Amino acid sequence: MRITVTVDGTGYTDDVEPRTLLVHHLREKLGKTGTVVGCDTSNCGACTVHLNGQSVKSCSVLAVQADGGEVNTVEGLARDGQLHPVQQAFRDNHALQCGFCTPGMIMQSIDLLADNPNPDEEAVREGLEGNLCRCTGYQNIVRAVRDAAGHMRPGAGPAAEQVADGERTTTGARGDV
Amino acid sequence: MIPAPFDYVAPSTVDEAVRALADAGEDAKVLAGGQSLLPVLRMRLAAPTTVVDLGKIGELTGVRDEGDAVVIGAMTTHYDVQRDPLVHDHALLLARATDTVADPQVRHRGTFGGSLAHADPAGDLLAPALALDAEMVIQGTGGRRTVSAAEFFQDFFTTSLAPEDILVEVRVPKHTGWAAHYEKFNRVAQAWSMVAVAATVRAEGGSIAEARIGLTNMASIPVRATAVEQALVGRPADAETIRAAAEHAADGTSPTVDGNADVEYRQHLAKVLTGRAVEAAMVG
Ligand SMILES: Cc1cc2nc3c(=O)[nH]c(=O)nc-3n(C[C@H](O)[C@H](O)[C@H](O)COP(=O)(O)OP(=O)(O)OC[C@H]3O[C@@H](n4cnc5c(N)ncnc54)[C@H](O)[C@@H]3O)c2cc1C
Ligand code: FES
Ligand code: FES
Repeated sequence: MRITVTVDGTGYTDDVEPRTLLVHHLREKLGKTGTVVGCDTSNCGACTVHLNGQSVKSCSVLAVQADGGEVNTVEGLARDGQLHPVQQAFRDNHALQCGFCTPGMIMQSIDLLADNPNPDEEAVREGLEGNLCRCTGYQNIVRAVRDAAGHMRPGAGPAAEQVADGERTTTGARGDV
Repeated sequence: MIPAPFDYVAPSTVDEAVRALADAGEDAKVLAGGQSLLPVLRMRLAAPTTVVDLGKIGELTGVRDEGDAVVIGAMTTHYDVQRDPLVHDHALLLARATDTVADPQVRHRGTFGGSLAHADPAGDLLAPALALDAEMVIQGTGGRRTVSAAEFFQDFFTTSLAPEDILVEVRVPKHTGWAAHYEKFNRVAQAWSMVAVAATVRAEGGSIAEARIGLTNMASIPVRATAVEQALVGRPADAETIRAAAEHAADGTSPTVDGNADVEYRQHLAKVLTGRAVEAAMVG
């Protein structure tokens, strides 16, 4: 089946099997390996991306369901060599160890800050309920999200990433792809 | 893991979807939010030959006011149900229960209708639907029909939906201004309910005028705790009434045993959680 999906600002048209999971389409067809798979049960959240402005587990969406839609991954966050405020805060607060959960943690953190620009500790923990980290003990992740809240423009969430028609770029959103 | 191959169709109307299901025969599956179905397909616990995606059928999404009922489209996501003003004003119990379902990513995709059709006994929206006397509007090859929640849920993962039927929408009679709380007991964040209690009550001048209590995971289907309801109604809305009523929560139940809990423990939980749920509802 032929689908067209805008990923990190670039439109891609491809033939996919209906059974292809969005995460496999991103990784294997489009080379967007920044999004990872951490489980077989839809529990871990490592594969979190934004689909049409909302966080989703890309292992639990078929690529064909994203046809005509817009996907943003962790690879599209940095602008002009500048890390996204949430990426910067994860770095500043030592919010990762092995880093495997980090792409999903960051994408979900952006979503939660869009819904609640100034979350208390409990709200951060609830907002990240669908993301598991086997290394950090979450303490520094929570700290990073609250730190990022102070550096983000209110409303700079998944919806703000969406590219308006006509603004689409034809080369990768990331200069170095 | 990757699902086994299947044919995929994404019709744009309910009529087309019913026809697609009928044409594809027994081995077709409806895809709603995919948050239960895709994990099942990935683990190859099911291998349908055809998947009929309801995602392009606009008429299945949204909440509307129909006089004495709030009507919720089957494809309305958990995220949208949680935030809907009509649901808040007229079916608060449903909003409270939906808040406890899964995690934010799953709530962005998972749907109200999908949860009911899936009919997992630990699913959190079945007991609220039963407690609120919801009615399921179903379309099949023979047209539309309406089934009460009590008739809809039949057994573990089994409803009155035939293979070519689609759950179109759910009519929830208005419970305007009723207090509500959903008390869920699980071991860790993200886990399903071991037992949960859906409570909604209408207070009038310091006493309880009406009460509806539904129990999650106390049987293969959701059940009403009618003895608790009777023990609450007409009594003062105080701690003593709630304590005495909650003692009846496990009356007549024979819950299933699994790795999490045996019968006695589940019955104990039902009583404790009923007390907490009614109290929390009254406090607001
Ligand atoms: C990590 C995780 C945690 C979860 N935790 C919870 C939890 O705590 N509590 C809870 O209640 N749920 C939980 N869920 C399940 C979630 O609520 C699902 O959204 C829900 O069970 C299914 O809804 P869906 O729209 O995704 O349906 P799908 O997965 O698309 O479909 C489920 C089943 O219902 C059928 N179906 C769906 N819609 C219709 C329709 N309109 N007409 C006819 N048949 C239909 C499908 O054919 C399929 O058999 C969890 C899921 C995950 C992945
Ligand atoms: S890989 Fe998607 S939730 Fe684990
Ligand atoms: S940093 Fe290793 S899993 Fe989170």
